Amino acid sequence: MTALPRPEAMAPAGSAAHALELRGLSKRYGSFTAVDAVSLRVERGQFLTLLGPSGSGKTTILMAIAGFVAPSAGAVLLDGADITALPPERRDFGMVFQGYALFPHMTVAENVAFPLRVRRLGQAAREAKVRAALDLVQLSAFAERRPSQLSGGQQQRVALARALVFEPDLLLLDEPLSALDKKLRAELQEELKALHRRIGRTFVNVTHDQEEALSLSDQVAILNHGKLVQMGAPEALYERPRTRFVADFLGKSNFLRGTVREVRPDMMALQAGGTRLLQAVQGAHPAPGTPALLSLRPEKIALLAGEEAADNAVAGRIEAWAYLGAGYALTVATDDLGPLRVALPAWRAPIAPREGLPVRLGWSAEAAVPVLEDADGA
Amino acid sequence: MAREAALALPAARRAWALPRDAGWYALLLPAFLLMTLLYVAPILQVLAISVTEPAPGIGNYERLFTNPGVQRVIGTTLRICVTTTAVALLLGYALSYVIALASPRAQRWWLLGVLVPLWISVLVRAFAWVTLLRRQGLVNQGLDALGLIEEPLRLVWNEFGIVVGMVHYMVPYAVLPMLAAMKEIDPRLLAAARGMGASRLTVFRRVFLPLSLPGLIAAGVLVFIFSLGFYITPAILGGGKTLMAAEWIKLQILDLVRWGLGAMLATVLVVAILVTLAVFSRVVDLRRLFGGGR
Repeated sequence: MTALPRPEAMAPAGSAAHALELRGLSKRYGSFTAVDAVSLRVERGQFLTLLGPSGSGKTTILMAIAGFVAPSAGAVLLDGADITALPPERRDFGMVFQGYALFPHMTVAENVAFPLRVRRLGQAAREAKVRAALDLVQLSAFAERRPSQLSGGQQQRVALARALVFEPDLLLLDEPLSALDKKLRAELQEELKALHRRIGRTFVNVTHDQEEALSLSDQVAILNHGKLVQMGAPEALYERPRTRFVADFLGKSNFLRGTVREVRPDMMALQAGGTRLLQAVQGAHPAPGTPALLSLRPEKIALLAGEEAADNAVAGRIEAWAYLGAGYALTVATDDLGPLRVALPAWRAPIAPREGLPVRLGWSAEAAVPVLEDADGA
Repeated sequence: MAREAALALPAARRAWALPRDAGWYALLLPAFLLMTLLYVAPILQVLAISVTEPAPGIGNYERLFTNPGVQRVIGTTLRICVTTTAVALLLGYALSYVIALASPRAQRWWLLGVLVPLWISVLVRAFAWVTLLRRQGLVNQGLDALGLIEEPLRLVWNEFGIVVGMVHYMVPYAVLPMLAAMKEIDPRLLAAARGMGASRLTVFRRVFLPLSLPGLIAAGVLVFIFSLGFYITPAILGGGKTLMAAEWIKLQILDLVRWGLGAMLATVLVVAILVTLAVFSRVVDLRRLFGGGR
C-alpha cells in the first residue's frame, strides 16, 4: 500500500499521475462541522481546484488529503487504495503551503534538496535533480540565496520547485498565489498552468479566487459551509450553475424571480410583476404555478436601440455606473425585476452612461439559467 | 533701546545654542551620573585593590599561576558551571519543547510552573535541597525503603549537591530564551517538512533544532554567566567543603582579610564574563537575551 511506483524521470502526462478519490469525507471539531460528507474524484493528470469562501472547508479537505487532518468520517483513496490512516510523510505528495513555508535557515538549493535528502538520495543524483527543478522554475541563478533575500514571486517558485523535485504523484497547492500582487498572480497563474501541462501530474489547488479557479483548472469543486455544492469544468459551472450560491460566487449574476405560467418542451414563460419572461428549459420542467429563480449574467444583457426586439425586454433607468477600462458596469433600476447589473463593452458603447438615463435592456431566452435556491445555506 | 535688545536676543541665543541633540543627551545625564558614581566607580575602586594590596604590583595575579588553592577554586567553579549549564540546557530544552508545542491554555500553566520557583527565596530553596538530599533525607530514605541502596548516598555537601541546587535555580533562565526562540518557529515549517517525507526525528534534527539554536546559545551564555557568580546555593549545598569563586572571594575578604587576593579573583570573574559576552555577541543577538525586542 505504501510502496507507490516511483518514476525515474518526469514522465509524460497521465502515465505517472494518480487518481484521487474522496468518499464521504467529514471533519467535525466539537459541534462544528468543517467538512460535511464530501465525495469527489480527480482523474489522473487533472487540475482540480477547491473553490469556496473562507470557512467553506476547502483547506481542511486539502489537509485531509495531505494527511495533516484526520477525517472524522469517510476515506481518502489513491488509485483505489485507502490511504486515510497513512501519516503525511508516507504519502509522497508534493505540497505548496500558504505562505510557502520555506526553511529560513537553508539556502534555496538546500530547501529544494530537502525532500531528496530525507529520501536518502545520493549527492550526485540530488544535485542533478535540484538543478533540474530550479531550471523548471527559472531560479537557477538564485540557488545559493536565502529565502529572505527573494521576492514573493521567487519564493513561490522555490516552494513549487521544492514540491516537485521528488516527482510526487500528486501536487497539493494551498492558496499558492494569494500572497502575491495582482499582476504577478496573473503571470504565475500562466506559469502554473504551463507547468501542469508539461509534467502532467495531478494537481489539487485550493483558492478563494474565482478567476484563478476558472483560468487554471480542468475541474472546479465549489464548496460552501463544508459541503460540495457543484463540481465540473469551469465553463460548465459558469454557464450552468446549479444553485444561486454557485452563480453568485463564480462571477457576477442577476437573479430574476418569477412564477411559471406556461411550459412547453423547450421553453417556458414566467411572470415577474408586469413583465413576461421567455426562458429556455433543459432537463427538469417546473410545473406551472410554481416559483422560479433565474440567474442572468451581466454580460449577457444587451442595450436595445429604439424599437429593437428581443426574447426578453425590459425598460429601466441607469441608477449607477462605473467605467472599468474594458467596459462599463451599469446598475439599471427596473420596475418588475429590481436593479439589474449590466456589463457593457466600452469600445463603441451605444450610449454615454449617465445617471437617470432611460434605457431598454434585452436578452435572449437562452441567456439566463434556472437555478435552485440554496438549501440550508449550501 | 528695549526694542533693539528684543531684536538682538534671538540672534544671541542662536549663537550660544548647543547642537539640537544635546537636549536629549542632557536628559540621560542624571541616570548616567547615578550609575557612574554609585555603581561603576565603587566597582572599579574595589577592583583596583587587586593591584594595590598588600603591595602595589601584579603580585595577586601571579598567584593565578603559582597558587594551587586559587587554581583549584577556578577549576571547581568552571567544572560546576559547565555541568550546571549542560544539565540546565538539556532539561530546559525539553521543557521549552513541550511548552512550545502545547496548546495556548496549557502553555500558561506550564509557564506558571516554570516561573513559580523564581519567586521562592534562593535560601529557602537551598535548605529545601539539603533537607531532601542529606543522609536521613527524603531521597535517601526513599531509596533505602525501596531496597535500592545499602548505605545512604552522599548527595549533598559536595559538587553533586551544588549542581542540583544550581540547576534547579537556572532552569527557568534556560527556558525563557529558548521558549522565545521556539515560539518564533512557524509551525507550518514543521508540517511542510513532514509533508515532504521527513520523519518526526528528521523534522526535529533538520528543522526544529537549527531554528531553535540561537535560543539555545543565548540560554547557554545566560546560564553560564549567572552560574559563575553563584554564592548562596554553593555555600549551603557545598557545606564549606567545595569552594566556588564567589564563596572563596568572601572567605578572602571577610574571614582572612586578604582584600588584594579577593579583589583579584573578582576582577578575573568580571573579565571572564565580559569576554564571554563579547564572544557570543557575535553569534547571538544579546538584546534578545536580556529581554529586548527583536
